[in-house]
Amino acid sequence: MRLFAQHLTVRYSRLGAPALEDVSLSLGLGELVALVGPNGSGKTTLLRALLGTVPLESGRVEIAQRALAAWPSRELARMVGVVPQREDLLFPLRVRETVALGRYAHLGPLAAEGEVDRRVVAEAMRRCDLEQLSERKTDTLSSGEWQRTRIARALAQEPKILMLDEPTAALDVRHEMEVFELVRRLVDEGLAGLIVTHHLNLAARYADRVVLLSRGRIAGEGTPSTVLRRDVVAGVFDWPVAVTAWSDGSPQVVPLRPREVGAGGPDAR
Amino acid sequence: MDALTRARWPLLALAAAGALLVGVAVGAVPLPLAAIAAALFRNAGPDAAIIRDLRVPRVLLGFLVGGSLSVSGAILQALIRNPLADPYILGLSGGAAVGAVAAIALGLASAWALPVAALAGGLLTLALVYRLSLADRRRMDPHTLLLAGVITNAFTGAVLAAVLSLSDAARLRNAFLWLLGGLSGASWEAVGALALYALPPLVLLLWNARWFDLLVLGEDTARHLGADPERLKRLAYFATGLIAAATVATCGMIGFVGLIVPHVIRRLWGPLHRPLLPAAFLLGGAFLVMADALARSVARPIELPVGVVTALLGVPLFAVLLRRSLS
Repeated sequence: MRLFAQHLTVRYSRLGAPALEDVSLSLGLGELVALVGPNGSGKTTLLRALLGTVPLESGRVEIAQRALAAWPSRELARMVGVVPQREDLLFPLRVRETVALGRYAHLGPLAAEGEVDRRVVAEAMRRCDLEQLSERKTDTLSSGEWQRTRIARALAQEPKILMLDEPTAALDVRHEMEVFELVRRLVDEGLAGLIVTHHLNLAARYADRVVLLSRGRIAGEGTPSTVLRRDVVAGVFDWPVAVTAWSDGSPQVVPLRPREVGAGGPDAR
Repeated sequence: MDALTRARWPLLALAAAGALLVGVAVGAVPLPLAAIAAALFRNAGPDAAIIRDLRVPRVLLGFLVGGSLSVSGAILQALIRNPLADPYILGLSGGAAVGAVAAIALGLASAWALPVAALAGGLLTLALVYRLSLADRRRMDPHTLLLAGVITNAFTGAVLAAVLSLSDAARLRNAFLWLLGGLSGASWEAVGALALYALPPLVLLLWNARWFDLLVLGEDTARHLGADPERLKRLAYFATGLIAAATVATCGMIGFVGLIVPHVIRRLWGPLHRPLLPAAFLLGGAFLVMADALARSVARPIELPVGVVTALLGVPLFAVLLRRSLS
């Protein structure tokens, strides 16, 4: 099972520049790909293009050797679990009910949850450490608990591919690390993972591959140390940086203050 | 699960049955239970005709209208993702009212012509608002839909005011009473006609109830979880539109039931639509039947418009509920 995207181009307005231009990507089981890039570089658009929620001007997406358009929505939901950036919280459910929404793609219109559904929901909650919060209303959760709930809901879909759009945007250090640890563990257990993030240093430490987007195009793709080089990152983000190496060998990006530029920052590569 | 949670379905069923019974017993001539039983089961007794031909169709119509409006309100609140949505928010009732009031003003208000004119007005508006709501790529956009409904309501309101101010006094009073809504025109034919129009959309909504849990989260999230938002939005719009047009055609505009009942049920059952919709149907039906019984009996022999009672009862009840949930 692989996800292939070839030469994707997306244009939101007919005259404007494309939001995504000639982007290709591939993702396999047991592999975590981090999608990074400046605001407006097309990360979310790429995610939406991979999911078919935005029309393609050209290019094709294939999941498990089947064109995306040929996937009925319920079947797609059993293949791809998504944690979107935002969602409405109009009528808050309990945590367990929210996670159980992930089973809808498996249930018939009137069927009640069966033994299997209950087991899958319980397992998803266990993996996301939500057992204690089962009966809490989602509007009383902290941002970290809410993100874990949404990840558990995606796991309850029993997907092969997990896509997360900036899942740690509002989280503190501990909760951010917990989400990355969780995603890495899930990928190590066999899922394919695609994570959109602004956290270059965590992307470098957790992802197998990094895809760097700039103005809708791919500015670099490969292992973290081949992509997150000083000149590339500084160019794409339009800000001077230094890049050092962490003890595990992963590149760590340090944005520089203007007065530090040219002072020969630490270990410039 | 506490005792109240376990008992809520039997309690609701009991309330619905009780409301139906009270609805048959109460009215210009109060009837004892024995007379009701005699009329229903043996077709005997002096009041058999009143019961079988007036009271029973009236409570059935009230139940069907109250239940349909409540389900419709719950669905529209999910579709527009706004807790303030009610069955009339998309302007269809205004169109139906214009149709009916135009018929009254033209002196065409026979028993069968009035509902037909109202239904025609409602369905015409249904098509118009739908066309206005289609965004790019023929997608139905809930925000545009809401705007289209609101401006249509404003427009039909103006047309209504124009028609009313141009018609003579007696007809004006008729039209005004009709607009306030009421079940006094109930008959077996009305029950049959409403069932014909309202039951198929109700069944479709119940069948798809679960997917509305996902639609509430937003269209993209709904799609990621396996729903087909475009199909759901159209289903919701046309089903609730048909219900609104058919109920307004049979008994005018009855407010507050469709707004308040879904919120009451959400507090008791939670917001999942699979229990919410049937529970809202039962409670909405029971509520409207009780409101109608009150409307018929508080100022006997004058009948209050049932919409007045639903508002006078519903608003304070809802205020209490709101306060309790905030504290």
